[in-house]
Amino acid sequence: MPIDIDIAHVARLARLELSDSDLDLYRNQLGVILEHAARVQAVDTEGIEPSAHPLEMTNTFRPDEVRASLDRDEVLSQAPESRDGYFVVPPALDQD
Amino acid sequence: MADLTITQAGIELRTGSLTASDLLERTLERAAFTEAELHAYLTLDQDRARTAAAQSDARFADSEPLGPLDGIPIALKDNLCTRGTETTCASQILSGYHPPYDATVVARLRAGGAVLTGKTNLDEFAMGSSTENSAYGPTRNPWDPTRVPGGSSGGSAAAVAVGSALAALGSDTGGSIRQPAALCGVVGVKPTYGLVSRYGLIAFGSSLDQIGPFARTVGDAATVLGVIAGHDPLDATSWRGEYPEVGTHLETGVAGMRVGVIRELGGEGYEPQVTETSRRMLDQLSDAGAEIVEVSIPTCDVALSTYYLIAPAEASANLARFDGIRYGSRVEGGTAEEMMARTRAEGFGPEVTRRILLGTYALSAGYYDAFYGQAQKVRTLVKQQFAAAYEKVDVLVSPTSPTVAFELEAKTEDPLAMYLSDVCNIPANLAGHPAMTVPIGLDTAGLPIGFQVMAPALGEATMFGVAAEVERLAGFVARPPMTEVPT
Repeated sequence: MPIDIDIAHVARLARLELSDSDLDLYRNQLGVILEHAARVQAVDTEGIEPSAHPLEMTNTFRPDEVRASLDRDEVLSQAPESRDGYFVVPPALDQD
Repeated sequence: MADLTITQAGIELRTGSLTASDLLERTLERAAFTEAELHAYLTLDQDRARTAAAQSDARFADSEPLGPLDGIPIALKDNLCTRGTETTCASQILSGYHPPYDATVVARLRAGGAVLTGKTNLDEFAMGSSTENSAYGPTRNPWDPTRVPGGSSGGSAAAVAVGSALAALGSDTGGSIRQPAALCGVVGVKPTYGLVSRYGLIAFGSSLDQIGPFARTVGDAATVLGVIAGHDPLDATSWRGEYPEVGTHLETGVAGMRVGVIRELGGEGYEPQVTETSRRMLDQLSDAGAEIVEVSIPTCDVALSTYYLIAPAEASANLARFDGIRYGSRVEGGTAEEMMARTRAEGFGPEVTRRILLGTYALSAGYYDAFYGQAQKVRTLVKQQFAAAYEKVDVLVSPTSPTVAFELEAKTEDPLAMYLSDVCNIPANLAGHPAMTVPIGLDTAGLPIGFQVMAPALGEATMFGVAAEVERLAGFVARPPMTEVPT
């Protein structure tokens, strides 16, 4: 059985403003993909630790030294909008 | 002459019977001749390549080449950042993006004198198995333009197959180097996780992604890997121990070696000619002195399901950075959130949107344990079962892909069928192990078949040795019909 998901909620979490017809399409497709993916739930993993990574990894430390960073003007030149050395964004809160 | 290998070209460049500029012009001629139909490249960087070739020629004139790739034309998948050259990930959302830095692999190639020809097509953000998910149109298979080149690194595979580059770099998260290499009849390598720096590779699944080479021969692939591998302080997951010698075991053969055949990677769903050609290679390896052992790795049956939870989960986090603020396109909105949601909905294509939604769901409250958490535990089992298999064998082998190149649009409406195309490739990504493909023949329709060789972590020397023997035994010399210049 395809898995039924609250696609509008997921789209909101993912910051994707999708049309109703697209939401329908993705809900159906994800239901089928998740039905297949749910096969992992049939595997006995009693006592098995999760792996976040393929190899054994430990923290990497380096000396805290001053060094050159990327050129600010070159970085800002790629932004849709910038001013006085800053990225410009619309207000984070509704102003009404 | 565009069909020279790196080894051959290197000799000619050193003896002076060929210049880097001539080699580049022949390579660009091949591109001019094939691109209209093939569409392997998104950007051909002709001017910068000509400058680099002239600089290379000056070094050869002074008898001071920088290394084995000096003067060699090499293409880059367009998810590798190139300072000053557009880098799109084949996505609308990065249209016009000019990175302010080079990926470490790009810097290493430049430092080695390589002539970078341009940026190759891919499935958007490397998500796909056919290069049809490119926002800029698909790449075609050089052996039959009605078919796909595989993916996601389809452009790199196709360019190397026709000689519009002598080698190329791709990225492999769940088969994205090996599957297109197999479908295009070239060698493709996914190195051990951590062997090649991911700095400047635009991230898809950070615990799975690995950069690797495409080349026409196993020896050429080893040469490229030797230049791009190495510790990089800019990548916290970069390997800090000793690096395997990849190019020094190519003549050792397979006598006395134990070659494991994975029982779960074969049978139903595999095209008969793929199965038959692979079996013939096993017989040849046996005749060459290898002991062929069947091994069972039961989690291979759920590796695909595991991957389609872990990779989208990581992608949904990685692609959060595309928010219309620091780079790429923007669609205006009244608030920051509205602007982001509109920018992302318009900028991402359907497959990328699908995977972001899938990953967001798998990570969301109430579903995390049942999906992502469980997938991470199965990943541990995959690693354990492969480790147990490598107690008994030196390498593991399988077909690289269950099928030869399929027709365009054959699988675009059925995401799951497309995903199954990578079923043989995904276990190595989950385990972090090296794996590579070597072309071993054509089917009766003239489409290439690849053979996959896998090894334990940092086992590249052994893997390349076996791959070189597979290459000798197969004697694959066919060239795509597209490369035949009309007379």
